[in-house]
Amino acid sequence: MEYILMFIAAVFVNNIVLSQFLGICPFLGVSKKVSTALGMSGAVAFVLVLATIVTYLANSCILVPFGLEYLRTITFILIIAALVQMVEIVLKKASPSLYQALGVFLPLITTNCCILGVAILVIQKDFNLPQSVVFAFSNAIGFGFALVLFAGLREQLDFSETPKAMRGMPIALVTAGILAMAFMGFQGLVK
Amino acid sequence: MNNNLKILVNGLIKENPTFVLMLGMCPTLGTTSSAINGMSMGLATTFVLICSNLVISLIKNLVPDKVRIPAYIVVIAAFVTMVEMLMQAYVPALYASLGLFIPLIVVNCIVLGRAESFAAKNGAIPSIFDGLGIGLGFTVALTLLGSIRELLGTGKIFDFAIYPENCGMLLFVLAPGAFIALGFLIALVNKLRKS
Repeated sequence: MEYILMFIAAVFVNNIVLSQFLGICPFLGVSKKVSTALGMSGAVAFVLVLATIVTYLANSCILVPFGLEYLRTITFILIIAALVQMVEIVLKKASPSLYQALGVFLPLITTNCCILGVAILVIQKDFNLPQSVVFAFSNAIGFGFALVLFAGLREQLDFSETPKAMRGMPIALVTAGILAMAFMGFQGLVK
Repeated sequence: MNNNLKILVNGLIKENPTFVLMLGMCPTLGTTSSAINGMSMGLATTFVLICSNLVISLIKNLVPDKVRIPAYIVVIAAFVTMVEMLMQAYVPALYASLGLFIPLIVVNCIVLGRAESFAAKNGAIPSIFDGLGIGLGFTVALTLLGSIRELLGTGKIFDFAIYPENCGMLLFVLAPGAFIALGFLIALVNKLRKS
């Protein structure tokens, strides 16, 4: 039950993109088509869960016992960068079809702040390992959900006539604002 | 000197990270719920930009090309950790309200972007000015957005009351207001740049 509530809270109530502002760059950058949005969400979900497990273990097995908490930011970003590289290499050998679908998005993920953000949030919230995995997975789903919804809206935007100055990024941002407003309706669903 | 001034102005206006390059959107949206938050986030990023640009321009010949990105990230992360610890020690309230976004300066595309596109190709002095220019451009943008949101949301700017608070639109302090305010601000900048 606890995990289900956590899932609903992360996907709807505290959506990582629309209410916590993590991962805005890919949210605005690769949301022009639903198909690319799906690919990006898949890649993020994969790396996010993996990175959270590895950073959690690194934090509790290495950093905390040796009193090195102040090195957390450096350690985490290096782990994430290395992990993304490794995932890319392994995927290329093990599953070329999956690599074709996700490959282009992988290099972009290192600088996606939702990965580092979730890794740090897990530590700040003092979760244990299963909780962290569920938290990471639900946030990945929340990210994908917002991204795919937004991509669907943006595909429609291309056909509408907007004032010249609003074209492109401004109208996309206003649309995202309205989407965020819709998500506010879920507030109070989970305490 | 004239050249350095040009680099500074270039970062502030022509290549303004928020309005023109549209980089670093996460802190732009996430920390601008008030003018003071936006400004301090901008200044923290400016500090990291100047220091990392300086160090990277000094070590650029020592770092092999293949591992330059991880090396740059480590330099940036070191300065971010410094900012984080300094803020935690001297301005704990501000540190608490900016929260997660301080360590996330590491993954701010602006910092790595400037390291790669400017500091890795230029000397130490121009790199400092570039960091300063881009950083100030970012700070100005964040302060402006923060002021607009604070004014519309609560009727204050920098905690100075302009009109009564209960007339404000709370929405602008909340998440959706960030997107909408930034959208219209960029539209306005686009309009001004065209004419």
